[in-house]
Amino acid sequence: MTKQLMRGSHAIAEAATRAGCRFYAGYPITPQNELPEYMSVRFAQLEDATFVQAESELAAINMVMGASMAGVRAMTSSSSPGISLKQEGISYMAGMELPAVIVNIMRGGPGLGNIAPSQQDYLQATKGGGHGGYRTIVLAPCSGQELVTLTIKAFDLADAYRSPVILLGDGLMGQMMEPVIFPDPIDPAALPKKDWTLDGARGRDSRLIASLHLDPTEMEQFNWKLARKYAAICERETEHESYLLDDAVVAVVAFGTAARIAKGAVNRVRKAGLKAGLFRPITLWPFPGKELRDLTRTIKSLLVFEMNFGQMVEDVKLSVGEQARVHFHGRPGGIIPTPHDIGAAITKLIHRYGL
Amino acid sequence: MGITKTIFSGFGGQGVLMMGYVLATSGMHEDKHVTFLPSYGAEVRGGTANCTITVSDEPIASPVASFPDFAVLMNTPSVMRFEGGVKSGGAVFLNSDLVELRPKRRDIQVVAIPVNNIAERLGNARSANMVMIGAFVQKTGLVSLKSVIKSVKSIFETKGTKVHKINTLALKEGAAFVKGLSGS
Amino acid sequence: MAKQVFTRPKALKDNIFHYCPGCGHSIIHRLLAEVIDELGIRDKTVGVPPAGCAVLAYNYIDVDMGEAPHGRAIAVATGIKRTRPDLIVFTYQGDGDIAAIGTAETIHAANRGERLSAIFVNNGVYGMTGGQMAPTTLLGQTTTTSPGGRLPLRDGFPLDLSQMLAVADGSVYIERTAVTSPKNIIKTKRAIKKAFQVQMDDLGFALVEILSQCPINWKLSPVDACKWVEEEVVKSYPLGVIKDTTQAQNRMDRMKRGKRAKT
Repeated sequence: MTKQLMRGSHAIAEAATRAGCRFYAGYPITPQNELPEYMSVRFAQLEDATFVQAESELAAINMVMGASMAGVRAMTSSSSPGISLKQEGISYMAGMELPAVIVNIMRGGPGLGNIAPSQQDYLQATKGGGHGGYRTIVLAPCSGQELVTLTIKAFDLADAYRSPVILLGDGLMGQMMEPVIFPDPIDPAALPKKDWTLDGARGRDSRLIASLHLDPTEMEQFNWKLARKYAAICERETEHESYLLDDAVVAVVAFGTAARIAKGAVNRVRKAGLKAGLFRPITLWPFPGKELRDLTRTIKSLLVFEMNFGQMVEDVKLSVGEQARVHFHGRPGGIIPTPHDIGAAITKLIHRYGL
Repeated sequence: MGITKTIFSGFGGQGVLMMGYVLATSGMHEDKHVTFLPSYGAEVRGGTANCTITVSDEPIASPVASFPDFAVLMNTPSVMRFEGGVKSGGAVFLNSDLVELRPKRRDIQVVAIPVNNIAERLGNARSANMVMIGAFVQKTGLVSLKSVIKSVKSIFETKGTKVHKINTLALKEGAAFVKGLSGS
Repeated sequence: MAKQVFTRPKALKDNIFHYCPGCGHSIIHRLLAEVIDELGIRDKTVGVPPAGCAVLAYNYIDVDMGEAPHGRAIAVATGIKRTRPDLIVFTYQGDGDIAAIGTAETIHAANRGERLSAIFVNNGVYGMTGGQMAPTTLLGQTTTTSPGGRLPLRDGFPLDLSQMLAVADGSVYIERTAVTSPKNIIKTKRAIKKAFQVQMDDLGFALVEILSQCPINWKLSPVDACKWVEEEVVKSYPLGVIKDTTQAQNRMDRMKRGKRAKT
C-alpha cells in the first residue's frame, strides 16, 4: 500500500470501511462533517453498505443500535454536543451488550462552546457518559496512522466484548492531514459469526435483545456480569506509549492531541539538557494506571497536561497515590497550546523542585 | 534540514490551503514526514484561512508551531497576525501586490513577490498561489521544484492539460523571480 | 368428531398476558400473531417494542425482538431493516412513544419511505406510568396531569399524527382502526396484514393507528371504555383509510429510480 496524505476524519472513515463497517448513520456537526461526507461517497460504492443521514443524533445512534442488532459492524460519529445527545443510545447499547463504534471529535464546551480542539469530554467518555453505571472502552489516537489502527481496533474490541467503543479525538486530529497507510480491507463475511443477532427465528427459538430486567435479582446478576466484563477489559486491554522515560526526572502525562504537542515540548526541553519524558495513555478507559504506578518507582514528578481544566488528572492521582507529585497544566478554551508553552511548564517544574 | 514549520495565511479564495497541501504532498513524495494542519470552520468562513505545514526528516512530534520557520503571508491582516511569531533567522514571504506593510523586524528575511501581477501577466490571476509556492520552494529548498510540479499535476489531474500548463508555468515563474532577486 | 375452530396462533407464545382487564393490547398482540402466521413470515420477522405497557410484547409475540429506547423504535427498526432488507420489521408503539417523544424519528422514517410496518396503539394516555396526559388526549379529558380536563391553551390540542404522516411522500399506507367490536377487530387485522404486505412489496412506509381502550386509567368499565372510543374518541380520530397510494405506479417508479441513482 502506498502512502496517502489524508485528513484525519477521512482516515477514520476509510479505516472503518476496511474494518468491515457496513452501516453508518450520522448528523452534521462541526468539526467532523468530513467523516459522514466521506462515508456517504464510500458506501455508495459498496453493494452491502448503508449510509443514512439521520434527522437527529438520537436517531443516528438508534439506527446504529438496530444495525448492530442485525449483526453488522456499525458506526456513528459526532462532536461533543451531539455525543451528549447520543448518550441515551450508548447506555442502551451497553445494557444490551451491543457492539458499535462511536467517534467523538471533541470541541470546546460546555453547551455550544466552540469548534476548536478540546479535550473537555474525557470524563464523559471514560466514566460512562450516560445513565446506569456502564463503561465504554475509549481509545485516544494522536496521529493519522493511529487513527487508522485504532479505528480498526475499536471494531475488534467492540465485537470481542460486545460493547460500545469510543474513539476520542478532537478538531485537530479530525482536520489535520498526515500520510497514512491502510491495511487491506477485511471481508465482513470473513468476520467471526455472531450467535446473538436478530435475523429471523429460522430453525431456532426466537431471540430477544433488551436491557429491561424487571426482576431486581436478574438486574443485579446482569450488572455483576457487566462488572466482570469490565474487570476483564481492565486486566487485558490497557495500552500506552512511553517516550524518553528511561532517564527522565519528569514525566508529562497527556493523551491525544495534547500528547502530540507535549512530545514536541519534551524534545524542546531535552535540547536544553532537561530530562523530561512522556507517558501517553492510548486507552483512556481502561486507564493504564498500573503502568503509570510502575513508573513512579523512578519518576517522582508527573505533569498532567490536558486541553481542559483537569479531568484525566483525577485518574492519574488515583493511580499513583502518594508515590509521586502530580501537577497539572491545562488549556480549556480551544486555544491550541504550543510546544513552547508546555516546555515552559516542564522547565518551571524542574527548576522549582531542583530535579 | 531537521524539522521545518511554515504558516500559510491569507483571504479565503487566495488558495492558501492549497499552497499548504501542495507543500505537504510534495514532502510526502520525497519520503519526508509531513503534517498539514488547517484552520477550519467558522474561522475559514469569516474570510481568513491559514494552515501550518511541518516538513521533517524525522517523525513529527508536534504539528503545532510554537514559532514557525517561515510564514507565507498573502494579505495585510496575515502580516499583522503572524509576523511576530516567526522564528528569529526565519523568513516571511509577502504578496507584495496586496501587502503594503513591511515587517519591522530585522532578524528575519523578507521576500516580497508581486504574485498577483505575475499571475495576471501569465493570463490567469487565480494562479497567484502557484507563483508563490514556486517562489517559496526555490528560496527555502524545503522540497524540490520538480516534486512540486509533479504534485500539482496529480492534485489537478482531473482538470486537464490546460490547467496543468498554467500551473507549471506559474510555479516556474515564481521560482525564476526569486532567482532573479538573489542574482541582483 | 370434534372440529377445532379456535386455537392459539403459532406466533403467539403460551404466556398469560400481564395487561389489565379490558385493555386493547392483548387483542392487538393476537391479531399481529395471526397475521404473521397467515403470511408465513414468523422466521423472518423482527419486532421492535416500545417503552410503556407493551414493553413486554416480547413475552407474547414469538419472533426475534429488539428493544428500543422510548420513542426510538422506528430508528432502531430502520437500522435493522437497512442492514437486512430481507427481514420483515415492525414497530409496536404507544401514543406517547410515537407521537410525543418519538415524533421526529417517526416523521422522518415515513418521509424516507422506510420499508417498515408501524403499529401505533393510541389510547390517549401514558398507561404504564399511571395515566398522564398524552399528545393524543382528548380536549376536556381528565388525566393525572390535566386536572379538570385538557385545556388547549394550557395543554395543547389532540395531535393527529397519522394525518401528519400522510403528508410525507414516503408514506404509502396509513389506516386508523379500533378494537372495540368484532367488526372493528376484523378491520384492524386486515389493516395490519396490509401494512405488512406493503413492506413485503417494498413500497414504502406503512402505519396502522389502532384506537385502543385503557379502562383502568380512564376509570371506566371495559364495556364503557369501548363505548367511549366509539362515541367520543372517534370524533377527534375518525376511523378509516387515511392514505393509500399502493396502486400509484408512477410514485413507486420514482422511488425506485432514486434507489438506483444511489448505487
